[in-house]
Amino acid sequence: MSVAAIAFSPEQLAEVRRLQSLYPDKRGALLPVLHMAQDTFGYVSLEAEEYVAGLFDLSPAHVHEVVTFYTLYFREPKGRHVVAVCHNLSCHLAGAPEILAHVKRRLGIEAGETTGDGRITLQAVECLCACEAAPMMQVDDRYELNLTPEKVDRILEGLA
Amino acid sequence: MTLVLTRSFDDSSSHTLEAYRAHGGYAAWEKAQAMEPAAIVDEVKAANLRGLGGAGFPTGVKWSFIPKNHTGPVYLVVNADEGEPGTFKDRYLLERDPHALIEGMLIAARAIRSALGFVYIRGEYVEPWRRFSAAVREAYDAHHLGRGFDVVVHRGAGAYICGEETGLISSLEGKKGWPKVKPPFPAIKGAFGQPTIVNNVETLCCVPPIIERGAAWFAGLGTKTQGGTRMYSVSGRVKRPGVYETPVSVTLRQLIFEHAGGVTASGRLKAVVPGGGSAPILTADEIDVTMDVDGLKNAGSMIGSAGVVVMDESASIPEALMVLARFYAHESCGQCTPCRESTGWIYKMVHRIVEGHGHKDDLDTIVDVAKRGGGTTICAFYDGAVGPYVSYIEKFRPEFEALISRA
Repeated sequence: MSVAAIAFSPEQLAEVRRLQSLYPDKRGALLPVLHMAQDTFGYVSLEAEEYVAGLFDLSPAHVHEVVTFYTLYFREPKGRHVVAVCHNLSCHLAGAPEILAHVKRRLGIEAGETTGDGRITLQAVECLCACEAAPMMQVDDRYELNLTPEKVDRILEGLA
Repeated sequence: MTLVLTRSFDDSSSHTLEAYRAHGGYAAWEKAQAMEPAAIVDEVKAANLRGLGGAGFPTGVKWSFIPKNHTGPVYLVVNADEGEPGTFKDRYLLERDPHALIEGMLIAARAIRSALGFVYIRGEYVEPWRRFSAAVREAYDAHHLGRGFDVVVHRGAGAYICGEETGLISSLEGKKGWPKVKPPFPAIKGAFGQPTIVNNVETLCCVPPIIERGAAWFAGLGTKTQGGTRMYSVSGRVKRPGVYETPVSVTLRQLIFEHAGGVTASGRLKAVVPGGGSAPILTADEIDVTMDVDGLKNAGSMIGSAGVVVMDESASIPEALMVLARFYAHESCGQCTPCRESTGWIYKMVHRIVEGHGHKDDLDTIVDVAKRGGGTTICAFYDGAVGPYVSYIEKFRPEFEALISRA
């Protein structure tokens, strides 16, 4: 993506101003606007950080510090889908290691990697707080619960 | 049994304003509007409501810390950054009873004289965020919100430490979620430099029933030092994992064997994490404890967020500790040296023990480092990591030693 492509539309800029007006100090809207930037540009590149910094009168270094602190901001292009397998305690007790190994085999990648066709980024993540339905994973916005290898296969096949 | 928080969960439309009203919703807010703020605080104090996010601090007392002579803004912040391993109750409340939280916020805001509230929802909770945001729009349309009190719904971006109230405030201010040195406490100088009350979702959902039915009724549901019911998240090797609402006088044994249907797999109980990942582990012989704040404190553990994780005889305790140690190493915010360094090194040591490469003095080193580290950091995160490190090793030492002797 070229640097010139990093810009919000006029409608999005109006939304940025609306979000900023909700907080006593406009920089409270930094996390929501970074979510917007990621949704719009695909990931939060250094150029996107600099662009967002300009919208907040912040230094690019401050925005970089924020982006690198949180797990949900991607600093490199991610797959069209993100599959995040929980490996915390309740899921571990319910067989998360086997589920994660199964997903890795099916996709041919390790956690933290993206398939060569750009379809799926795989992550192993900490507790997503759906322990009553362990083992579980998050696929984009959705929680997929009570996983079995067969169920995982059906879910992965459904991701275009 | 009296259900307070989950009474409408069986209704598939319980998240709508219409259903909430049909279940008696917003009547408590009507009543509270005729009460003086100080009277609301007194009522919540008398109800013995204690914070249900983890720390168990008396809610009414917390509210009373807002300086009386303060003339500027006061903020109410809802901690919906649920992330404690083994805990999922707030997800249920956000999805199934969002108006209870809004009504609790309205009453709390009147008590502390706040005109603006923030609801900080963990970034991964996309569906709960949508559900709750829709309820906020309904509440604006019905003019419950927007007449002296506004609500901003704020999405986090993935960081366990933002569940710590000052880390949450840093994050809300557009910074990385580093906890702040206390004092000053948030009630004196919190979000955006103003007096701020941070309350957990479930805590605020208790407030409307307290106002509606009275402090004495709520206090009478619980123990001498903690009123009400609470939602226990039960998971792991049990037959019926799920959220169970009971009075806080319930015992851990009752929760596991009566509510959650008993132990699966081998069928024999080995150990229980009684209050989320940060709670020291209990053995099968230690489950005749009441599940209130003081009951577990007296048993050498903590109720925390009331996330109960059950392990049967086939579960490996060293593996369980490795999983939690990995979690703490990943989630340490890196601000304080003892926490940043120890969480990383202890994970490496537990990992090598589990992998069969442990050194014979590893266990003593971990316990020694952990026991010296508590209380040396800005926030309670590292204290919450130390509890598991020490208790798992001290209570199940032979299981760790068996792995090391094979090395």
